[in-house]
Amino acid sequence: MEKKTEVMICEKCAQEKGEMFMEAGGPGFSINNLLAGLLNMESNIQQTKANAFPKTEERRCPHCHRSYKEFVHIGKFGCAECYKTFNEQLNPILKRVHSGNTAHIGKIPKRIGGTIYLRKQILDLKEVLKVHIDQEEFEKAAEVRDKVRSLEKRYDAQEGGEEL
Amino acid sequence: MSLEKFVENALSSWMNAEGPEIDIVLSSRIRLARNFKDFTFPTSFSNEEAKEIIELVKKRTEEEVTPEIGKLELLEIDQLQPLEKRVLVEKHLISPHLVEDSAKSACLLSENEEISIMINEEDHLRIQCLMSGLQLKETLKIANVLDDWIEESIDYAYDEERGYLTSCPTNVGTGLRASVMMHLPGLVLTQQMNNIIPAINQLGLVVRGIYGEGSQALGNIFQISNQITLGKSERDIVEDLTSVVQQIIAQERSARDALARTSHIQLEDRIFRSYGILSNARIIETKEAATCISDVRLGIDLGYIKNISKSILNELMILTQPGFLQKYAGGPLRPHERDIRRAALIRERLNFTEPSSS
Repeated sequence: MEKKTEVMICEKCAQEKGEMFMEAGGPGFSINNLLAGLLNMESNIQQTKANAFPKTEERRCPHCHRSYKEFVHIGKFGCAECYKTFNEQLNPILKRVHSGNTAHIGKIPKRIGGTIYLRKQILDLKEVLKVHIDQEEFEKAAEVRDKVRSLEKRYDAQEGGEEL
Repeated sequence: MSLEKFVENALSSWMNAEGPEIDIVLSSRIRLARNFKDFTFPTSFSNEEAKEIIELVKKRTEEEVTPEIGKLELLEIDQLQPLEKRVLVEKHLISPHLVEDSAKSACLLSENEEISIMINEEDHLRIQCLMSGLQLKETLKIANVLDDWIEESIDYAYDEERGYLTSCPTNVGTGLRASVMMHLPGLVLTQQMNNIIPAINQLGLVVRGIYGEGSQALGNIFQISNQITLGKSERDIVEDLTSVVQQIIAQERSARDALARTSHIQLEDRIFRSYGILSNARIIETKEAATCISDVRLGIDLGYIKNISKSILNELMILTQPGFLQKYAGGPLRPHERDIRRAALIRERLNFTEPSSS
């Protein structure tokens, strides 16, 4: 939890102090304050919708024990697991903050992302394969099928913990 | 390489070097937010976890990153004196937030200060790269090299759907914040900033005065950065920001041309008055100093003032902050004493060479 400290200072000192806080993300009004406001709104909407279920506010992350209420208050998650715990509440928030986006399309970590990257490639190729079969382009389909097989072999090897 | 060097030297390489569009773009910065798998985020982790994270990074830094980048120096924040911390903040190498919980935090710096990696700030890692002028793509390249180098030995918190998981959902996905620091006196003098800021905001970008707020930025220095980190690739984020910055550069240039054409004598008067204040004042506050430094820098860019280095703005902006002034004085100073010290320092820096009027 973040502590808040109150200081009484004269205008002169405020100016001097102000110089200290020129870095983005320093104290003062930030995106986190705005976010907390948005989150509060979101949780109110959720509440009225789902009275029969346990209150969203009281749900806690099993890993870091942060509650949704605390998350809303601070505007920050306690651990990676929170993203799973509060997944349901997350989409509307992400849409607001990231202009409608909820899924990542950028960088994939090279090492731990290796299998994720392969799996995506395999799924994409299987789609291509389906199209070829539907259109009776069997030679092309065979080519793609071979590619899928070799990728699947690599995928199995990596999942087994072997480095390529 | 030592702590003293980072604290004593006023100039980091981004302030010296002559990057592209340096007359308007002071610097390009890339920040990547990363967290380690299976560790609680810094907002709620224990001291033991914090130490463990620092140890993990320490172990990694025993090796050099690449032959070009070399080894990084690890500084544990609680080992630093208050004034040393302040100086590192004023040089933009670390954030005020990192200093707040200094028992749990550390940072890694490269020899030339282009790279600084904050450990246990809001996220476990904040990889930051800073270069002079407009070079976001090049800066991103270095940040990616560092990112891959760390990931070789440490697992990141990463989710297939959401990307790199961060403490605050405003950074999730790429964890990338690209930003550019711009000196825009032409747009401020012609009162165009109030129209430009909302237009930039509509593109998902944020503008803020680097030493102030909104259009009232101290020293006419503005920082422009991306807001969206999710659902856009790193390349798109950097390319979009670069193209907006290029348009602002074009507008700033035409504003400067228009000023020089239509109000030549008024502009020249303003610039030389400011030069006069800086080279003669015995007491000067931060705000006045910032305004005058901006004018003089514009005068150098437009050719009114010759024989003064262009890096003077960068240098004086850093040097005249309270931490640096006190470092130079060798001890704490009261605000009034700082104003005297600031004036003396500026006079000293400007009087290397006498200006010649064009």
